[in-house]
Amino acid sequence: MPLDRRQFLGSTAAFSATLSTPMLARAQTAPNVVVIGGGAGGATAARYIANGSQGGINVTLVEPTRSYFTCFFSNLYLGGFREIDSLGHSYGTLAADYGINVVHDWAVDVDRQAKTITLAGGASLSYDRLVLSPGIDFIEDSVPGWSLATQNAMPHAYKAGSQTELLKAQLANMREGGVFAMVAPPNPYRCPPGPYERVSMVAHMLKETNPTAKILIVDPKESFSKQGLFEDGWERHYTGMIERIGPDFGATNVSVDPAAMTVSIDGNVEQVDVCNVIPAQRAGRIAHLAGVTDGNWAPVSAYNLASRIDENVHVLGDAAAQGDMPKSGFSANSQAKVCANSIVADLAGGRAFPARFANTCWSLIDTNDGIKVGATYEATDEKIAKIDGFVSQVDEDAATREATYRESLGWYDAITEDMFGTA
Amino acid sequence: MGKQGLFAFAVIFWAMQSSPALSEGDPMAGQAAFRLCAACHMIGDGAINRAGPHLDDLMGRPVGGLSDYRYSDTLTEAGNEGELWTEDRLNSFLEDPQGYYRGTRMVFRGISDPNTRADLVAYIVAEADNYDRAATATSTGDMPPEIAAILAIQGDYAYGEYLSSECTACHATQSGGDIPSIVGLAPSTFVHSLISYKIGQREHQVMTMIANRLGDEEIAALAAYFTTVE
Ligand SMILES: Cc1cc2nc3c(=O)[nH]c(=O)nc-3n(C[C@H](O)[C@H](O)[C@H](O)COP(=O)(O)OP(=O)(O)OC[C@H]3O[C@@H](n4cnc5c(N)ncnc54)[C@H](O)[C@@H]3O)c2cc1C
Repeated sequence: MPLDRRQFLGSTAAFSATLSTPMLARAQTAPNVVVIGGGAGGATAARYIANGSQGGINVTLVEPTRSYFTCFFSNLYLGGFREIDSLGHSYGTLAADYGINVVHDWAVDVDRQAKTITLAGGASLSYDRLVLSPGIDFIEDSVPGWSLATQNAMPHAYKAGSQTELLKAQLANMREGGVFAMVAPPNPYRCPPGPYERVSMVAHMLKETNPTAKILIVDPKESFSKQGLFEDGWERHYTGMIERIGPDFGATNVSVDPAAMTVSIDGNVEQVDVCNVIPAQRAGRIAHLAGVTDGNWAPVSAYNLASRIDENVHVLGDAAAQGDMPKSGFSANSQAKVCANSIVADLAGGRAFPARFANTCWSLIDTNDGIKVGATYEATDEKIAKIDGFVSQVDEDAATREATYRESLGWYDAITEDMFGTA
Repeated sequence: MGKQGLFAFAVIFWAMQSSPALSEGDPMAGQAAFRLCAACHMIGDGAINRAGPHLDDLMGRPVGGLSDYRYSDTLTEAGNEGELWTEDRLNSFLEDPQGYYRGTRMVFRGISDPNTRADLVAYIVAEADNYDRAATATSTGDMPPEIAAILAIQGDYAYGEYLSSECTACHATQSGGDIPSIVGLAPSTFVHSLISYKIGQREHQVMTMIANRLGDEEIAALAAYFTTVE
């Protein structure tokens, strides 16, 4: 594989100077990089920094969960196209093959003056560079009536794992002809097509098990990602099943009552059976505690994802305000590689190469009906700026849609290997 | 089994052996269908390996059998098991390449129409055997100048390694789904593949976009890197 540590050690002389230092001595004097968050951004960054520096940098990865469940493909699990277990990934290879110190704990504070972080367990870690990739948290009261305390009555399922399983169980048990409501989030939020792929997958499931059920989307946005493609697909596969209420009809004024299972849209109260509330979002809490946010997100340089507030802190993925890239796993993975190259160059004398970014997001509408959108990006002084892009077409033939879906399966295997290494 | 049963069995068996349409393939019509293949495969006079292996003398050749072409594991293993290219096998493979040899690097969704397939197989069978062997032995395959220019560049390995991280977001070490593995490719194969997207000979929304952003230095660097990866 491309970045296999053992093989890399054997095959290149680029780092021979570093390598000649005995391993132990180096480990004690080597600079420390702490990565907070072992998701799409953090796991990739940790792996590329460890691999790129070949032991020249001590990498610690702080992540509370022992098994990371990808949000990507969690909608396919709702639709019955994936098993939940196929979405879980552990950190064993990063520890065993890449020498990363994986610490399963929460980071609860960052002291940027002292360059230390505090863990929930009480321990403290010092860093030369800190990489934050904590993903998102929800903005309190963005959907009045909803809070984390009521998330089991109205699941968000926007951090994958038990929430996703809960939502699926509720859908499976929904009464015949019941109403599934989704309160969609305002921009910006993680995975722009995510809510609409979810609607497609829920419709696929209900069409098989509960065909008279209805789906109601309450959406504060005028328009959404791949809208024409999704609406065309809903028309073809799920005729009459899905209704979307947009801002013109009061969807910017929504509240919920989880005890009564009602959604109020501009004062009109709807009784629903299952309700998926996806609240407004902001950078994961630790980014705010670290003091590197401006408003909801953490502004960063497009050249190396360094915080605009502290150059020793890098922020990746969903938490970053970087410019034109959508908040996706693909984007977080792409940003992590640019960040890792810059950190290895700064701390371990590796060569620095110009930043370059790409993203592609696949979505599944129904069996073998896949669509995609993608773009390339470059770094400018102001932001990560889009260069070129594409999107699937409405009139594509069935074979193209099937090929697009099969391609997404290949991508899933590759990106999870790129994040966690091959076992 | 009674006589009748045996007869019925024989008929079914015969039907499985060679679908009637296959023997009726028209090589002239197959030439048009081969345009899809020609983005990656050469056949006939002067054929050499490009993104895909050359197809001269294909019939009877072990699957994955050219020593100077790097195949996916699945084709190499099939050859090691003694599988040879026959008309029937080619026909089945072309119907659903990923279904027939799961993990093949050939990115081609297949041809479902049996008549088109029969024509194509007939064309390949005829052309694979019909070429000037002496001239082909010394052929450089009329290498397009874009490709020759890149192969003349000494690729920057470290730069290639950095750039490869853009590829590994989608290309796993082992091929999965419809995305082929690209590790260990010969530089000429690698360069030809990217150039075929750049010049529009092959089309794919993602690959066309990615290839368009890569200059000659970048492609040479990537080729230098990927050829060393196992
Ligand atoms: C339903 C859905 C479908 C999606 N589909 C796709 C898709 O098809 N393609 C795609 O590219 N993207 C998709 N996404 C988006 C993708 O999941 C995110 O954009 C991506 O995970 C962002 O990566 P990240 O590293 O920023 O955050 P995450 O991957 O969320 O990782 C953050 C990690 O940080 C940890 N963490 C948080 N706070 C702390 C702390 N204080 N201390 C220690 N650890 C902490 C968390 O436990 C978590 O593991 C989808 C998202 C959803 C919700």
